Amino acid sequence: MRYSYYPGCSAHSTGLEYTLSTEATLRQLDVELEEIEGWNCCGASSAHALNHRLALTLPARNLALAQKAGGDLLIPCAACYNRLKGAELALRSNSEARAEIEADVGFSFTGQVRIRPLLAILHEDFGPQRVAAETRRPLSGLKVVPYYGCLLVRPPRVAQFDDPDDPRLMASLLRAAGAEVMPWSHATDCCGAGLSLPRSDAVYRLVGRLAERAREAGAEALVTACPLCQVNLEMRQPATPRLPAFYFTELLGLAFDLPEARRWWPKHLIDPRPLLRSHNLAD
Amino acid sequence: MQTSLITEVDALSHQQVELCYHCHKCSAGCPLLPEMTFGPDRLLRMVQVGDGDRALRSRDVWLCSGCATCATRCPNDIDISAVMDALRQIAVATDVPAGERDALLFHRLFLGVVRRLGRSHEAAMLGLFKVLSRVPIYRDVPAGIGLFLRGKVPVLPRPSGAASEVRRLFERSQ
Repeated sequence: MRYSYYPGCSAHSTGLEYTLSTEATLRQLDVELEEIEGWNCCGASSAHALNHRLALTLPARNLALAQKAGGDLLIPCAACYNRLKGAELALRSNSEARAEIEADVGFSFTGQVRIRPLLAILHEDFGPQRVAAETRRPLSGLKVVPYYGCLLVRPPRVAQFDDPDDPRLMASLLRAAGAEVMPWSHATDCCGAGLSLPRSDAVYRLVGRLAERAREAGAEALVTACPLCQVNLEMRQPATPRLPAFYFTELLGLAFDLPEARRWWPKHLIDPRPLLRSHNLAD
Repeated sequence: MQTSLITEVDALSHQQVELCYHCHKCSAGCPLLPEMTFGPDRLLRMVQVGDGDRALRSRDVWLCSGCATCATRCPNDIDISAVMDALRQIAVATDVPAGERDALLFHRLFLGVVRRLGRSHEAAMLGLFKVLSRVPIYRDVPAGIGLFLRGKVPVLPRPSGAASEVRRLFERSQ
């Protein structure tokens, strides 16, 4: 199976272990990733705050590159996914915006590239059965809550992903890998996103509440699909004992018993190894 | 400018703010409401009645994280996060001082780095933010060192091969 691949800027910085675990897990599933050449920043949360046109043209340029490469476009980062889907929606639904974007970027939109979040690809193209079949080291006894954050699911007319109020894809993959998924009501609450630097106090409050609710649900860790959520959850979590935040790909890779997994844990700001050792999941 | 604010906001956001009948669902669900002065519902009201100055000067527009909970719950399908974006864009275009200076600084630095490199680069952005923001310079130093030691803030940017084309997109957007 082959996909075009848009890693996004955090892939080689704050989201390093997301990239490492994504690439390793997909290799195990015989996926070939073709990174689109010369990709640029999607604009993240800053372009749309300050400049409407850039908020569309920055992601659209990546869409143009993906169109040239062909095939479905796989995006691990929830924010990048949302920005590219937002540009796609403008291209599809607004002819004026489309003319402007096409002129700025210098391409002609065909609408043939499917923009897909990694989580949806793993669920739809491989599914829980395949995850279960690849699982050599079931995550037995590991109690987790799935945390989707905002941008994979909202606003629904842009994101078109799962159920925006009650998404389930991550839980079903984690269960297939043997983890115990605890029910909770905060899977799509906001972590504070880009306010982390200018208003860390607000982000501490939001992340603190998420961690508290996760603990109340009986979870030992949170599981994310977004690099910004992950870094906020680990960097802005106040109370002790603090809960580590895994990427869902890390837990799948661990369940697949990939030897690379041990290189992901030291990248965390909250060391997950004591927890993993308590379940005999790390040396 | 004040009387036409709603027209301007509607055009920029592709929304119809006049449809809001103030059910308060947006404010009820807003995760940043405790930090705000008015909250999204009252900002929409200010836009409707032409009280633009208060809305544009408020810290609230800069505290919106863009989580789109409001947009998802609005019974009139107003994408309120797009309205917040429009208010920020108008505030910047008309030189209204930002109610949260450092939030605007963050966005400017982020886009400044992308304009030069084609991609974001945390080390450059964090360094500039430390120097230019009013956040005490010692805050987050341990976390920053933690990220650095884990190889998560590379000092040198990776060449993107996109810089010149991205610069052109910035120029065209001015």
